[in-house]
Amino acid sequence: MTALFKRTSILDEALASVVQEVQRSLVVIQSGRFGAGAGVIWQSNGLILTNFHVVAHGHAHVILADGREFAARRVLHEPGLDLALLQIDATGLPAASSSDSRLLRVGQLVMALGHPWGQRGMVTTGIISGLGSVQINDARGSIDIIRSDVSLAPGNSGGPLIDASGAVIGINTMVVGGDLGVAIPSHVIAGFTDQILAPHIFQRADSHVTA
Amino acid sequence: MANENPLTELSNAMADAVEKGGTVTVLVNARRRMPASGIVYSSDMILTADHVVEREDDIRLTLPDGETVMAAVAGRDPGNDLALLRLSGASLTAAETAPQPARIGQLALALGRPDSAGIQASLGVVSAAGGPVRTGRGGLLENYLRTDTIPYPGFSGGPLIDTEGRVLGLNTSGLARGVSLTIPVGSAWQVAEILAKNGRVRRGFLGVRSQPVPISATQQEALERDQESGLLLVGIERGEPAEQAGLLVGDILVAIAGQPVSDADELLSRLVGSIVGQPTPVQILRGGQPTLITVTIGERK
Repeated sequence: MTALFKRTSILDEALASVVQEVQRSLVVIQSGRFGAGAGVIWQSNGLILTNFHVVAHGHAHVILADGREFAARRVLHEPGLDLALLQIDATGLPAASSSDSRLLRVGQLVMALGHPWGQRGMVTTGIISGLGSVQINDARGSIDIIRSDVSLAPGNSGGPLIDASGAVIGINTMVVGGDLGVAIPSHVIAGFTDQILAPHIFQRADSHVTA
Repeated sequence: MANENPLTELSNAMADAVEKGGTVTVLVNARRRMPASGIVYSSDMILTADHVVEREDDIRLTLPDGETVMAAVAGRDPGNDLALLRLSGASLTAAETAPQPARIGQLALALGRPDSAGIQASLGVVSAAGGPVRTGRGGLLENYLRTDTIPYPGFSGGPLIDTEGRVLGLNTSGLARGVSLTIPVGSAWQVAEILAKNGRVRRGFLGVRSQPVPISATQQEALERDQESGLLLVGIERGEPAEQAGLLVGDILVAIAGQPVSDADELLSRLVGSIVGQPTPVQILRGGQPTLITVTIGERK
């Protein structure tokens, strides 16, 4: 591997530019009396993806990376997956790209973006620790999840987990046992958003179409 | 592939390393609680942490391909928290070991296979190297590594690998009150070799209490070597090897079997292996004069 990186600064530059790109799609979500959560611009026409528990009250306030603020309404939610889709009245937004989480490998580099303990736009890195499933309380019985060793804290909820190319591979959803971060994978998210949107097409050349 | 950048190359390299390391990481089911992990040491041997082997029968291993096989204990070294398991009817490919000792700051991945869902991994760097450290039960770990990888439940016995998927060491939380340490692959493989041959690492004892004391320049001259400290014997246990050989309180122990002994850790490390049970020359300073006394080294049970 050493031969690939004659200058480690090449890595630093790549990391910074990937993070900067995705930070444009990261939003702050304020709702209820709890602190702020995170969300990600899913479509340029104002659809925002986040955790259900961040917007459990129904109404929410979205702050974009450029500082603009919008009232949001919840258009779709599924507590079992801890996912919710919000609509704000804006168009031409910088939507995040996503890639198919069914192609993930343990050991792959990942980054989490969010607002842990209120620190806006923070990025933490790590790898995919495991790919597994958890039992959930609905007809599906269990869903696939991504485990990562990325450091997460309150305020990361609803924020994106991205791969080394900057594509969203999941939504960070909870912190189990302190160290272990769990994210809902993009292929599960696609199944969720397909309820109201056209079948989600992953935007990377190497990924499948989810139908 | 779209969006290729140096980061995706690093990312792919690490996933490749985990995949390769995963082929030599097995699930070890030998205790009542959480299963643990083990490393393929040879075609029919698995090296794991001793503290995760709570029973000697009904040990089940789940191999990387998902097959479950039975294993028996081939040898144990509780002092270094290592156990060697032998499985029958399987032929595995032994782990590749890193050609160089680990360097502080290098990237490292901790692997484990705590359940049948697949390999698990955590990324970090080699944070520190230390040793020797006494581990209790007469054990002395010559050297160890610390990393900032996350020791997930069930990772004990699993490998620390480099970014090429080669084994740097064996991770265990059983040596230092739950803190995860890594036994460097050199030491771990050395113990495994002894366990494969003898089933145990023999540890000897003299039956003395001692404390380190400086050796004067005149006495060093008499010894004909530079050795700045030795072990002053402050207690001799009745009926044990030292007393039987005639060692006395006030003697200063300076060498065993021709190897200098300047502190308690060195004494422990000299009392391991084939020396146990053998009449062995012990050099002391008695009244300032170098003297050789033959002691038959006892075996610690």
